Amino acid sequence: MSDAAVAEKPESKKRSNIRPLMGNEAIARGVWEAGAKVCAAYPGTPSTEILENIARYPEQDIEVEWASNEKTALDIAMGASFAGVRAFAAMKHVGVNVASDTLMSQSYIGVNGALVMAVADDPGIHSSQNEQDTRMFAKFAGVPILEPVDAQQALDYTRLAFDISEQFDTLVIVRTTTRLSHTRSAVVTGERKEKKPKDFNDEISKNVMIPSHARLRHSHVIAREKAIGDYFDENNMAEWAKGSGKIGIITAGPASTYVHEVIPEASILTLPSSFPLTKGTIKKFMDEVDKVLVVEELEPVIEDQLKIMGYDVAGKEFFSREGEFSPETVRQGLEKSGFLKPRTGKKPIAASPIPRPPVLCAGCPHISSYMALNGINARVAGDIGCYTLAAIEPLKAIDTTVAMGSSIGNAVGMARAGTETRPIVATIGDSTFIHSGIPPLIDAVYSKANITILLLDNHITAMTGGQDHAATGISIRGKHVERINFAELIASLGVKWIREIDSYDMGKLYQTVREATLYKGVSVVISNRPCVLDPTRIRGESLKIKTENCTACQSCMNLGCPALVWDDEMYDGQHKVRIDPVACIGCSMCIQVCPTDSIRPMADFAAKGN
Amino acid sequence: MSASKTHPVTNVLVVGVGGQGVIMVSKVLALLCQRQGHEVKQSEVHGMAKRGGAVFSHIRFGKKVHSPTIPTGEADILIALEWAESMRWINQLNPETGTFISDTHKIVPPFACRNRSRNQKAVYSKETPKDVLGKVAQGYALDAVGVAAELGNERAANTILLGVMSTVLDFSVDDWLDVIAKFVPPKSIEINKKAFLYGREWVKEATIPEMNGEVEIEKAAELTNELEIIPAWCKGCDICVRMCPEHCLELDAEQKVVNARPDNCTGCRICEWLCPDFAIKLHKVPVNEKQPDAAMVEA
Repeated sequence: MSDAAVAEKPESKKRSNIRPLMGNEAIARGVWEAGAKVCAAYPGTPSTEILENIARYPEQDIEVEWASNEKTALDIAMGASFAGVRAFAAMKHVGVNVASDTLMSQSYIGVNGALVMAVADDPGIHSSQNEQDTRMFAKFAGVPILEPVDAQQALDYTRLAFDISEQFDTLVIVRTTTRLSHTRSAVVTGERKEKKPKDFNDEISKNVMIPSHARLRHSHVIAREKAIGDYFDENNMAEWAKGSGKIGIITAGPASTYVHEVIPEASILTLPSSFPLTKGTIKKFMDEVDKVLVVEELEPVIEDQLKIMGYDVAGKEFFSREGEFSPETVRQGLEKSGFLKPRTGKKPIAASPIPRPPVLCAGCPHISSYMALNGINARVAGDIGCYTLAAIEPLKAIDTTVAMGSSIGNAVGMARAGTETRPIVATIGDSTFIHSGIPPLIDAVYSKANITILLLDNHITAMTGGQDHAATGISIRGKHVERINFAELIASLGVKWIREIDSYDMGKLYQTVREATLYKGVSVVISNRPCVLDPTRIRGESLKIKTENCTACQSCMNLGCPALVWDDEMYDGQHKVRIDPVACIGCSMCIQVCPTDSIRPMADFAAKGN
Repeated sequence: MSASKTHPVTNVLVVGVGGQGVIMVSKVLALLCQRQGHEVKQSEVHGMAKRGGAVFSHIRFGKKVHSPTIPTGEADILIALEWAESMRWINQLNPETGTFISDTHKIVPPFACRNRSRNQKAVYSKETPKDVLGKVAQGYALDAVGVAAELGNERAANTILLGVMSTVLDFSVDDWLDVIAKFVPPKSIEINKKAFLYGREWVKEATIPEMNGEVEIEKAAELTNELEIIPAWCKGCDICVRMCPEHCLELDAEQKVVNARPDNCTGCRICEWLCPDFAIKLHKVPVNEKQPDAAMVEA
């Protein structure tokens, strides 16, 4: 069966089967082609588009739904595997931390129907809270990890992962990175191969992890490591580009493309996997080259294993453990190691760029929530979402941000420490609250913590581009489903003080937050307004500032709204403010903070002939 | 410039601000190259970048493309939809042979308007087209947004830039127009065609534009702000604390207002005007004098 899987490359390479796909689209295609039946994921950049693209395939082929978090996604996929069908879960690297409780024991249990997990790492921290290396997790859990180099391989490896999963009774991780996930290149696609569901496997010694069973299964985990490594060898899965000289480079995943770009003359061995290693091929490679460098993004996973095996290799002394690789960083490493001579050439043209960090959108309802918290001088435990941007200028309203759902637990701890004199507030978005905000809220009630939770309900998972969740009442395929009511849910946990406020009503929001923090015990304020971007782009009539009335007090500029810019006209050394009519959506927040009442809808000016 | 002649791979870097259409421009080019039989890799980063931040997209095409990103200093074409973004990425351009194409359109980010000291200018790239076009091998700068507005639709600005770029790549006008038509709404195909052809024509007599919007600000006297608070008159109503745009004020243990962060005070006078008990007075003091009562200087 294994050989069949490898030979089973898409039959015809007709031009009509070639299409440009992003890495994530290619993984989705691979899942569909492999005959997977059940898929689940929690959105997270850069992995989000995987499940979104799977949901484009027909409903009768494949069951798809957003899960509350990564652990439930993996649990759901694993349940489908128990039930005998091919199953799949997708997540970003930090999502593996959430799913790891299931993952570590899943490794012992193995599979019935194939089980594959795609994990998107984020070297360079483009949109994450850290840059942990999932290859370490694969080794830790004892499950194989396939590392595609480009979109074509992302599709091929994803298909193959399902076969390896069934053959070796293991979950298989397909690892992508931000760069691969979001690079579009031509991919030869195949057709879907339906898989007949297997019967439920009734072996409880395999499926029920009690100590006596787990001890036996641990041997299986260790034995399969070698078996899978041998499989990689037998199928020649490492790509060996023979070079002209005697220098060799061992690499894997997207880093391989930079190596090929910068030093095509070297012998380059691109491994299919950092765990387990293709030891046979590596030995042959080592015999043919004199000096070997390991070029791998992030941690020295391959390098460490090669050193333990007794090979004389170098890697991380020349290539950083931090950040995303690029042709330059790989070139610099190769120059430092003496593999390449330093390049000479004209210096790049220099200029003075300006900082342009991401900002909350014009009319973003999170702005008023954090203005209110600044108003009461709160100590704010933040969470993961667009609203993390309120930590920087000009709002500067967040004191801590750790991981999904940490805000409420952090706030409980701050309150119990008894040292804080300012009101303690946890801010958390609707999707993050569902992901992992409910257990710590139970803790808050249980331990009678004196905190306020500001639930920023913008009716969508906004940061990742607008995905639905259980509290939007809409499925990934756009169907209406049961909708969670936050106020009822929170009341059922024993919270006595709950208010729901329109985020755009700044006075009321401020007053409510103030009252909430004066309440002794757990209070919850639901700041309620849909996101201005998703699911529909909200646009109202643009506002305008009556320049002659503006005293340049900068009250509105402190909202951080990108529609507000400095005018060239000054008042007493400060810039008056002007509204960009293209960016403004007419949310009225600036009207509410303007002390001279100088801001009005555009139409008012026309009516008065101004 | 063509992938088949001197360069085995042609590198195009498209840059701009979130929402401007960077991804659209790069998709047009990628599809065009693919139709001409090149291997194409198009790489971008999603997520944070979209919220008004800097956005970039690498397009590499040729016989065989390895790295999805362009090595520093090897971009053959830099095409920028916003002026300061062209300055951010100009170091990626091949200094010996690269072509620089930029809109002179300015998008000033909220961060540029943060300094609350007196007489500040919004922070923006100081280079003008004149400074830059002399340094690059080949360079074009034009007010594409302005021209597109005159043609009838600001959104066609990107197509004007594509028209300029088309003169340095070996693809036929028909092929370009065919692909562009696939990415714009049917009702604006005509205007985009006009915009594209405008860009091609403009190159023939390209000039160096002046940067618009460079206005000298009217400078006020250099003064520092001193807040006089009369505790006996303050009843701790909290109005000034809530209304201060810079959050300078706090109530102390006796519920009297104090200026806790005097360095942040911009002298806007909101507290003075709003105090129902006239307990706050703002004095603007020439920088060298320290005594507030000695100098009741009004700006």
